[in-house]
Amino acid sequence: MDNGEERAVTDRTQFEVREKPFYQPQRNEVALYEAAYAARLPVMIKGPTGCGKSRFVEYMAWKLGKPLITVACNEDMTASDLVGRYLLEANGTRWLDGPLTTAARIGAICYLDEIVEARQDTTVVIHPLTDHRRTLPIDKKGELIHAHADFQLVISYNPGYQSLLKDLKQSTKQRFTAFEFDYPDAALEAAILVEESGIDAHSAERLVNIGAAARRLKGHGLDEGISTRLLVYAATLIERGVAPADACRMALVRPITDDRDIRDTLDHAIDAIFA
Amino acid sequence: MSTEAVASRSDAAWAERLRVCRERLDCRFPQVSDVFEACLVKAEHVLSVEGVDAYLDCARFLGRMGRGVEPVLVFLAEWPAVAAILGEDALPIIARTVQVLSKSPNGKAIAPFLQTLAPVARRLAAREPMQHYLDLTLELMERTSGSIHGIHKTFASPGLPEFFTHAPTLLNALSIAGLRNWVDYGIRNYHTHPERQRAYFALQSADSRAVLQRERHGTLLVDQERRLDLYLRALWHDSAPLLPYATDVEQVAKPAPYFDSCGIRLPDVLDDARGVSGQQRYQIALAHIAGHRRWSSPLVADNFSPMQRLAIEFLEDSRIDTLILRQYPGLRRTFLALHPKPVEGACDPATQSSLRHRLAMLSRALLDPEHGYHDAVLLDFVGRFARTMASGEASSEEIAQLALSYVARTRRQSDQLATVFFADTEVDYRDDNRHLWRFHERSDDEEMFDEPPRPAASAELERLPPRHYPEWDYHSQSYRPDWVSLYESLHPSGDTAAIDRLLEKHSALARRLQRLLDLLRPQERVRIRYQEDGSELDLDIAIRSLIDFRGGATPDPRINLSHRSNGRNIAVLLLLDLSKSLADRVEVGATGGEQSILELSQEAVSLLAWSIEQLGDPFAIAGFHSDTRHDVRYLHLKGFGEHWGELVKSRLAAMQAGYSTRMGAAMRHAAHYLAARKAEKKLLLILTDGQPADVDVHDERLLVEDARQSVSELDQQGIFTYCISLDRKADEYVSDIFGRRYTVIDRIERLPERLPELFMALTR
Ligand SMILES: Nc1ncnc2c1ncn2[C@@H]1O[C@H](COP(=O)(O)OP(=O)(O)O)[C@@H](O)[C@H]1O
Ligand SMILES: [Mg+2]
Repeated sequence: MDNGEERAVTDRTQFEVREKPFYQPQRNEVALYEAAYAARLPVMIKGPTGCGKSRFVEYMAWKLGKPLITVACNEDMTASDLVGRYLLEANGTRWLDGPLTTAARIGAICYLDEIVEARQDTTVVIHPLTDHRRTLPIDKKGELIHAHADFQLVISYNPGYQSLLKDLKQSTKQRFTAFEFDYPDAALEAAILVEESGIDAHSAERLVNIGAAARRLKGHGLDEGISTRLLVYAATLIERGVAPADACRMALVRPITDDRDIRDTLDHAIDAIFA
Repeated sequence: MSTEAVASRSDAAWAERLRVCRERLDCRFPQVSDVFEACLVKAEHVLSVEGVDAYLDCARFLGRMGRGVEPVLVFLAEWPAVAAILGEDALPIIARTVQVLSKSPNGKAIAPFLQTLAPVARRLAAREPMQHYLDLTLELMERTSGSIHGIHKTFASPGLPEFFTHAPTLLNALSIAGLRNWVDYGIRNYHTHPERQRAYFALQSADSRAVLQRERHGTLLVDQERRLDLYLRALWHDSAPLLPYATDVEQVAKPAPYFDSCGIRLPDVLDDARGVSGQQRYQIALAHIAGHRRWSSPLVADNFSPMQRLAIEFLEDSRIDTLILRQYPGLRRTFLALHPKPVEGACDPATQSSLRHRLAMLSRALLDPEHGYHDAVLLDFVGRFARTMASGEASSEEIAQLALSYVARTRRQSDQLATVFFADTEVDYRDDNRHLWRFHERSDDEEMFDEPPRPAASAELERLPPRHYPEWDYHSQSYRPDWVSLYESLHPSGDTAAIDRLLEKHSALARRLQRLLDLLRPQERVRIRYQEDGSELDLDIAIRSLIDFRGGATPDPRINLSHRSNGRNIAVLLLLDLSKSLADRVEVGATGGEQSILELSQEAVSLLAWSIEQLGDPFAIAGFHSDTRHDVRYLHLKGFGEHWGELVKSRLAAMQAGYSTRMGAAMRHAAHYLAARKAEKKLLLILTDGQPADVDVHDERLLVEDARQSVSELDQQGIFTYCISLDRKADEYVSDIFGRRYTVIDRIERLPERLPELFMALTR
């Protein structure tokens, strides 16, 4: 893979997932992912914010024993932020690989989180890595990288964004196999809260009921309901001794809405559920 | 003076007292003699000796005023009751008001004033608000007397007597501050129109009632509607139109909430009560109804006697409340506050029917572990109820059995008596349980289906040959080729002025939208800074980087800038569902005005078209409806090439509602036009008020599945579909079709502002 140029060999182990992450499977996604990885197919994970997409990828990297490089995408990101760039130094310039290039070289799973946040001219650089060529041209260096045999590309994306301009290009979507995630069902979600925060099962169940109430308001003034992540936050606060009603208002309601009617409705749900 | 004192006085002494007082009254109207003794008894009962004297003096003054016998009679009859509430030393302020009235041309108003003084006092309950009331009265008099035709104070106020007559009704609904506002509105608007003024103060004109409604105390359903709708969805996973019924202000027993196929009916206004706010009372009433909707199933009424039905209803209500509290234990306090607490032994079963009272006690005990009742049978049934509920949710049937054995166990002869003990037995958050009963004896329910006449295919509608589209059959997971025939034509034209009027109405909204539009409007050339590769050097950044570099720090390499021209490259097609339901009317605002959905859609579409025109995005509008698969109509309202102008407005003005909603075919045809556009992004907006359906399709899923299929076809073509649904029940199918790309507009009257806002949010 190395084109001979002098370059510090990247330490592969630093990207390894050392401890087993807790992941509660929702269906057969673990087996399906393994199959996709075995064929080195690119994977897209769709689903609302905070439903366990990142946790899943982390868990799969651990299970497969592959390094994981995660990139949180944002609007200001350019292609160079992914591929790499020359740095100016006192005695000349030095090339620095971007995370995508590093992953391709060392055979990591490269996880581009919330990819729609990146501009579309940025996302196109992943195209050649997603077809049978599995290559990454670095124009500035005149180098063509052939991806390591272990390399895999994973993107996550939240189709709930209600903006036409923040949707993935059809030509990008067509390159991925896809998982559709959603918030776990009540029993699983409660189990996750218990595991993640140490809260008791009964309180976990109540939190999940509040989550369910909020999710029913989607499309009626809420773009998205309360995420599993926020429920974990609330559970954590309660576990640390915060009164449940306060924890819920702070972790579940205030973050997601400025709409007074919705806020009052959810506050009422909290009071009704936590006697 | 106490009752005994009066009673024990000898007849002779009383006759003497009566004579002295009659003399002091010094009034020769024979009618007075008829009632005087009764009035005096009452007066002696509540007034001191000096108080009685003052009473008689005031009555004498009234008799000599020259306004006939009426004022004296009314005063004699009413004052003791008023004094009992306000204290007898309130007399001077009342007397002063009467004097002012009598010196003005408003003498005729004195009798009505005195007539309603007792109920008004009962409502106001204290001296201070009474003073406000009197001040308000005089102000009303001042401002409405005699200013007609500039002749000063010669004419009586036309509204004043009416005002006094209705004052108790008004004060039942309004606080004194609310009353002042209501009076003020009437004066300001009608002080020069005697007739209209009279109608206003007699509560006969529409605006008079509207202002009354606006000023009512308590919580209005219209103000809570969205909140309650959200509440019903979030906590109960249920949704139904929430419809107010009028609670007459004069009515003592308010009708109970109920629900039927049209929706959930709740009182139009609820006061705070027993420490529970009006809003909470609505929530509890709604929770109870939602509980019935979830857990109750109807029983055959003919099988039971009225008493058995009463018992079944009480126990079924208790079952529902129990289940609600299992899920929402936090509501217990509110339930307990609202549920009456009948007093054990308050009702004498020898003389009154006590079944209601027994049941209300049982109902209390089932809700409140600390009921403190001792009755053995009651305690036994509390235990049996708990055992019935222990296994799970139980059922209406099981509860009916329990209720029957309760009635059998506690039966009394007196249950048949006509006098029913009512005190503390009405649980006012509960609905009337009409849903619980099915009757075998049915009246013949004939329904008339008269279809609106088909508009004759007008000759000016030039018809192109039909286009054929496939339809998705989800049973076989395959397309039925060329299944649908679609005819397209230009929409007929109407009166442009109608649309201009609608836009005029929304000029404030248009100004607000304008500000949002300005933010969205593409600049000719946009500078993008912080580029590693770009067309120009960004000097500011470059110098900063160089300084960093010289200083030994790693410089930022993003020293270029580039330009992008015109960030928006979007083609938009708005597809309107023109099916029959569009003609439905909805209430708009608190004043109870009505508008059809069609009209609201016209307003909304006009505003949207106006907005998009400002942004310069290519934009087309089309409508559709269908009458079987052989006849789907696609009507062009605005082409991509046309500007928002007279021609388009005139077509929009002629929009009509009719037929059904075969959505898939219309979307495919719209896609055909969008696909031909050379834009980076293509957006198909669908405005609809119902589920895809057509008269020749009986399987409800079929056209839903077909629409879903066409959305994914469009997706493949790079067309982004987004649905704006006006159907409250849309949750059942809209996400099946559109995934996450939809919004349900619950308050249709807000469509005109929501539609353009949604569009801007989508393309931001
Ligand atoms: N299936 C799951 N198993 C374990 N934890 C989960 C699961 N789903 C959600 N979580 C919890 O929710 C949090 C947010 O999940 P994350 O994967 O970051 O969401 P996403 O990437 O979808 O935005 C995690 O930190 C974890 O606590
Ligand atoms: Mg994440």
